[in-house]
Amino acid sequence: MTLTASVGLSLGGLHLDVDLDMGEEVVAIIGPNGAGKTTLLRTLAGLLPLDRGRITIDGTVVEDRAAGTRLPPEARDVGVVFQEHRLFDNLTALENVAFGLRARGTPRGDARRRATEWLRRVGLPDIASQRPRQLSGGQAQRVALARALATEPAVLLLDEPLAAVDASARSELRSLLRHELSRYPGSRLVITHDPIDAAALADRLLVLEDGTITHDGPLADVTARPKSTWVATMVGLNLLTGTADGTTITLPGGATIIGAAGPGRGTVFVAFRPNAVTLHRIPPDGSARNLWPAEVLEITTTGDRARIRLTGPVPLVAEVTAEAVAQLHLADGGHVWAAVKATELDIYPT
Amino acid sequence: MAATARRQWNGCEPMALTPRRWAGGAILAGPAVVAVALVVLPLVGLLQRAPWDSIVSELTEREALLALRLSLECSLGALAASVALGTPLAWVLARRRFPGRSLVRALVLLPMVLPPVVGGIALLSAFGRRGFAGEWLYELTGWRLPFTTGGAILAETFVAMPFFVVTAEAAFRSLDRRADEAAATLGASPAYRFRRVTLPAVAPALAAGSALAWARALGEFGATITFAGNFPGTTQTMPLAIYLNLQSGNSGGAIALSLVLLAVSLAVLVGLRDRWFGTT
Repeated sequence: MTLTASVGLSLGGLHLDVDLDMGEEVVAIIGPNGAGKTTLLRTLAGLLPLDRGRITIDGTVVEDRAAGTRLPPEARDVGVVFQEHRLFDNLTALENVAFGLRARGTPRGDARRRATEWLRRVGLPDIASQRPRQLSGGQAQRVALARALATEPAVLLLDEPLAAVDASARSELRSLLRHELSRYPGSRLVITHDPIDAAALADRLLVLEDGTITHDGPLADVTARPKSTWVATMVGLNLLTGTADGTTITLPGGATIIGAAGPGRGTVFVAFRPNAVTLHRIPPDGSARNLWPAEVLEITTTGDRARIRLTGPVPLVAEVTAEAVAQLHLADGGHVWAAVKATELDIYPT
Repeated sequence: MAATARRQWNGCEPMALTPRRWAGGAILAGPAVVAVALVVLPLVGLLQRAPWDSIVSELTEREALLALRLSLECSLGALAASVALGTPLAWVLARRRFPGRSLVRALVLLPMVLPPVVGGIALLSAFGRRGFAGEWLYELTGWRLPFTTGGAILAETFVAMPFFVVTAEAAFRSLDRRADEAAATLGASPAYRFRRVTLPAVAPALAAGSALAWARALGEFGATITFAGNFPGTTQTMPLAIYLNLQSGNSGGAIALSLVLLAVSLAVLVGLRDRWFGTT
């Protein structure tokens, strides 16, 4: 069960350009709104034609722009779980789950038996005769999952399966999804904007930003060493880009950063945790190798911690205690000094 | 909540009965009452002149029975033709883009506003003995349409089909395509999707369009008498029989048949009440 795709598509202001190669694994695609996540999923399912590129499922070419080949969605071995469940209103839950089997010619009795089994598997054995209108959001999405799984597609695509579900039903649905996805053979692709969902469901994470994949790797790798501001912000890290020369990194504005062990030369990312930053009203006399003047831009308090957004030669976010905010009179704004130890910096090539 | 609140605000806006408002109300009410009277008085007249004692015997006269039966056959035939041909047409008009689509739509809907007698003359010109389509049809099949039951069905279809097409097209146009996409990803062919997803979604609209088209076909007069003539048992449908009865002085028979058509019209109206009048 493999999916190989080279997707090129321009739609409105979006220019999608993605190479994707999946085996039997769960891949999460994460990215900001408008990055092209849903568009990518729709091209794979055959709901949107490609402008350029080629899609292969299990060795079968389902779309090849250069060769002029294009199989419609119903001829692709692909199942989709949509963000809004998209169940058929006029059919019962059981008939919804059996729909794909019936459409592929499975005899009625057999289809109903298998659909009943799938409803049981998603934890809804008692709602077989109910219509979608009578179901809660979480139940409807479970039925939609069963409906997509029932046809046993080689590729399973899920478009923000948790986004339209109430917060109360979400964690339960998330654990069901994790269970079903982990045991399902085939290529499984989940779109999400929530890092918690991505962490719960997937082994491998793709970050899609502005139509291109900016990061591809195991989840821990993506979150520990972000390669874009969006990911860094999402996981709460400071991320700077500069030019390295030994242990000295020069930022585009001219400010310098001293690292403990530099990777040598070239463009590098510098990542560090906000709580590695200390703030001072007067320049401290200590071991921190990095000391930058800064101005307080914004303070956000959560419990006894405060996140301070700072501007200056090195824009960054610091996390300090609420006590420190009071002691340093940070709420008054004005000049401060931000210090970071060289050993706290994670420096890696772009 | 917000919607309910808004509706209540609009519906229950307090209105003091000042003299000025009262005068304004009278100015509106006058014409409104006349308008209702224009519609209601003829119906009252029809009921008042109805030969209630002899209505059963009037309706079981041989000619009346023939007209009733023929009307039923012709209107159902016209309905079947309208649905069979109008559904694909409505689908194409709603879902396919092609050059001249607006022109095709306008032409197809033209019989709704065309005087039926003009439609009859037009049908005669095309499908008559010397009409180009009539000659061609005769050479091909040996059928002649004018002054036959087939001709009556054609005339009624000509007039009634637009009512079905216009309703069906609106339904197809407002169809939610997301369910269709979901069905496609489940492996359903376009035909299977049409049968199990699209059709159930538009069924109420198609039923309403059918009722409209059928009612229109049942009442068809001008095009039928012009194109198909007025022969008892072959082309003399109820409206034609009513007219003939009236001309020959049998107003009792005319009114009795009219009451049947009135009852059918009311039944169609009641059947469509939810669609047209809502529940408020």
